[in-house]
Amino acid sequence: MTVQAIDKKSEAETAFAGAFEAMKGKGASSLRQASWEFFTRKGLPTRRVEAWHYTDLRASLRTVAPLGAPGAITLPPTTLGRVRLVVADGAFRPELSDVAALPAGVELSSLADVLAKEDGAVLTALGLPENAGADAVVALNAALMQDGVVLRIAPATDVAKTIEILLLSTGGEALSSFTRSLVIVGDGAKAKIVETSLALAPSGAQENHVLAFAIGAGAEVEHIADIGPQSESAIRLFSLLITAQAKAAFKSLGFVEGGGLVRRQIFARLAGEEASVSLDGISLLGGKDHADTTLVVEHAAPHCKSRERFRNVLDGQSTGVFQGKVVVRPGAQKTDGSMQSRALLLSENATMNNKPELEIFADDVVCGHGATCGRLDADQLFYLVARGLPKHEAEALLIEGFAGEIVEALGEEAARDAYFERIRSWLGKRGGAK
Amino acid sequence: MAARQETVARVEEIDVDAYKYGFTTDIESEKAPKGLSEDIVRFISAKKNEPEWLTEWRLEAYRRWLTMEEPKWARVDYPAIDYQDLYYYSAPKSTPGPKSLDEVDPELLRTYEKLGIPLREQEALAGVEQRKVAVDAVFDSVSVATTFREELSKVGVIFCPISEAVREHPELVRKYLGSVVPVTDNFYATLNSAVFSDGSFVYIPPGVRCPMELSTYFRINEKNTGQFERTLIIADAGSYVSYLEGCTAPKRDENQLHAAVVELVALDDAEIKYSTVQNWYPGDSEGKGGIYNFVTKRGDCRGKNSHISWTQVETGSAVTWKYPSCILRGDNSQGEFYSIAVSNGYQQVDSGTKMIHLGKNTKSRIISKGISAGHSQNTYRGQVSAHRKAEGARNFTNCDSLLIGDKCGAHTVPYLESKNASAVFEHEATTSKISEDQLFYCMQRGLSEEEATALIVNGFVRDVLQKLPMEFAVEAQKLIAVSLEGSVG
Repeated sequence: MTVQAIDKKSEAETAFAGAFEAMKGKGASSLRQASWEFFTRKGLPTRRVEAWHYTDLRASLRTVAPLGAPGAITLPPTTLGRVRLVVADGAFRPELSDVAALPAGVELSSLADVLAKEDGAVLTALGLPENAGADAVVALNAALMQDGVVLRIAPATDVAKTIEILLLSTGGEALSSFTRSLVIVGDGAKAKIVETSLALAPSGAQENHVLAFAIGAGAEVEHIADIGPQSESAIRLFSLLITAQAKAAFKSLGFVEGGGLVRRQIFARLAGEEASVSLDGISLLGGKDHADTTLVVEHAAPHCKSRERFRNVLDGQSTGVFQGKVVVRPGAQKTDGSMQSRALLLSENATMNNKPELEIFADDVVCGHGATCGRLDADQLFYLVARGLPKHEAEALLIEGFAGEIVEALGEEAARDAYFERIRSWLGKRGGAK
Repeated sequence: MAARQETVARVEEIDVDAYKYGFTTDIESEKAPKGLSEDIVRFISAKKNEPEWLTEWRLEAYRRWLTMEEPKWARVDYPAIDYQDLYYYSAPKSTPGPKSLDEVDPELLRTYEKLGIPLREQEALAGVEQRKVAVDAVFDSVSVATTFREELSKVGVIFCPISEAVREHPELVRKYLGSVVPVTDNFYATLNSAVFSDGSFVYIPPGVRCPMELSTYFRINEKNTGQFERTLIIADAGSYVSYLEGCTAPKRDENQLHAAVVELVALDDAEIKYSTVQNWYPGDSEGKGGIYNFVTKRGDCRGKNSHISWTQVETGSAVTWKYPSCILRGDNSQGEFYSIAVSNGYQQVDSGTKMIHLGKNTKSRIISKGISAGHSQNTYRGQVSAHRKAEGARNFTNCDSLLIGDKCGAHTVPYLESKNASAVFEHEATTSKISEDQLFYCMQRGLSEEEATALIVNGFVRDVLQKLPMEFAVEAQKLIAVSLEGSVG
């Protein structure tokens, strides 16, 4: 049928207006106002928005949960010797964070403070890679951002310790949260940043998180997005924005362990020559989970390199989505880009949607993508079963191998072991397959 | 590097004006008044002496079309089309209905001779060794001649203009028309349903292997005329047919619209092979003029073990919007799509396919080769989907793009949607330019740069060329060479 502009606001779209009224006085007023106007024009994304072709957010987000207020929290112990910064239900909690343990050369502020001061440098850095500017969810985040952390890493600093931004949902009551964190990495610096989404108790939380990296020339960043289990009614949106200057390197692993509707969107811009990004991801989904990873890698300068490897393991009635787009701008010669998405369907009722795209405006490039989708290989299973393994163990071994290939690339051995353990425990919960 | 720059320079010089089918035929024609309304729809229907049900069918489509909007999702950019500024019907005056070729306007016959299409059966028969090809020639809105009909009718094959089929085989037309591409399918298909003028109709009876290649040759001649042909091919149980389609148009400054619908139906164990060499006028080197080619082509593998194969060589048209698709409904049915899309000058191509797996153990294969040069934009857009019941569905897709010059773009947009765990989908795509190593290797062995480039491009598209019927493969190879003149020897 004919496609008409959405002129009628959904209940949720109207409800966001209340949140905007509450937030608009809290700094960065012009950015908030412009973003809000952009969002109201666009509305919540539907399948008609190409970048949201397989996730209808407008249909999923019917009512808006209230914004939370800070309360008492009992935290789990830190792991892997990480320096933890806690953002709970949308508010940065310095008293719960390892502020004192922050290494030299790393300066920390809360986003709320920075915004209240209208800090020009930060506001400029908050300016998005232009390709994310068209996304309504990122705009909604800019209009309603409550808090987050701003990390400034001095040039040429080698930060040995991993810094973890813990995005905590206390649970019980379903709450909305809009956090935005910013990591400004000085030229030649090295840093390891982990963002963890953790629910202390399951709830139908509605979270919209943005993490932006401004990476200086020659700097190196390793990043992990760890998205843990949540209730089936939760809606969690994670936007990762990366701008990499000349010779900068960004390496990332996304680990998604189900939990309602999860959308990860990555907008990476290779702005300087010889910059590189490597984006990996694993999604382990079951039940009615819906996990969408959508990424845009923009080669804006010559001699840049991008690598993407994604694995989806789908059980139950889950749906996996991978949309990856590599854009090569005019003049970005000698681009080297390669993208791979593989999916394993373990159940008759699982669904996988793959959309790898290439958009190329320069001729001297080597770009490719591959996508596959299927079930466990019968020959491989037979081989293992013939050697005496019970069928479910044989399956688990193959699935571990399929997903584990991505984990292998992690530099830190302890982290590697931890994620292998997570895969095994997910497989254990899955139990013997049919 | 010098060698490369030279190639680029030559490609930039490519003379799109070299389009050799750009002549016009000076022939008196009868046109419907400009514009589109219910009256025009009735006028076309009356011209064709159509039964009441078809007139109503058209009118329903027209009313539906009024409520629809042009699709905007493709990566093509063109000024808005004024649908009231077009002629929807144009016919050479001496027709309708020549009894034999002798009654056909000699001017028309000369046109087809110039195009290299033998309409005179005796000519085709003269060469004993030559395989026979039956031709249906469509000039603007009407079919002017169909050859070898008698010989075909001996084995029960019906090959005639669709307007004639409506009158003589209404039961077949009524049963299948719109059953693959419904009236409401999309903006252009709906428009076509309302105003389609002519096209070919093919019916192959059960168990018959069509004794010769069938072919339709489309020519747009009149100014400001849209061509809306409709092709319907039905392969009954256990039959086989190979069908070829070719298209050209004169050089004109203004853009012309071509919105065709092709429907294929393959019943149990039937096979249809459909090949297209599309060489509509692409516009001049400044991007002025050219054909807008907005075509809906779809095949329905309705019966078990049926097989539909699309092969296309796309070199012409200013804007192409075309996705020949297969609905794999019957168990064990197979769909194939082989495509070479060459774009140059300011051409814009957005083409690909859809493979919809519904039945068990259905298979599909997609091989797409895009070559972009000049200022052109070449997009592959394809969808492969497996539904819940498509047990054991299998797809393999390979899309390769070759870029010649740094002003053009090559894009790949595949959609892979699997709802069945036993379905296995594989997709791979690459984009690159002609490698300097390959060029160097060939030139070191004594080939000129032109020859080396030609060799590499030919190798690049070979997989697809091999799928074309022999008669077309030669023509297609030449076409690709002409389209890339300057960079291909």
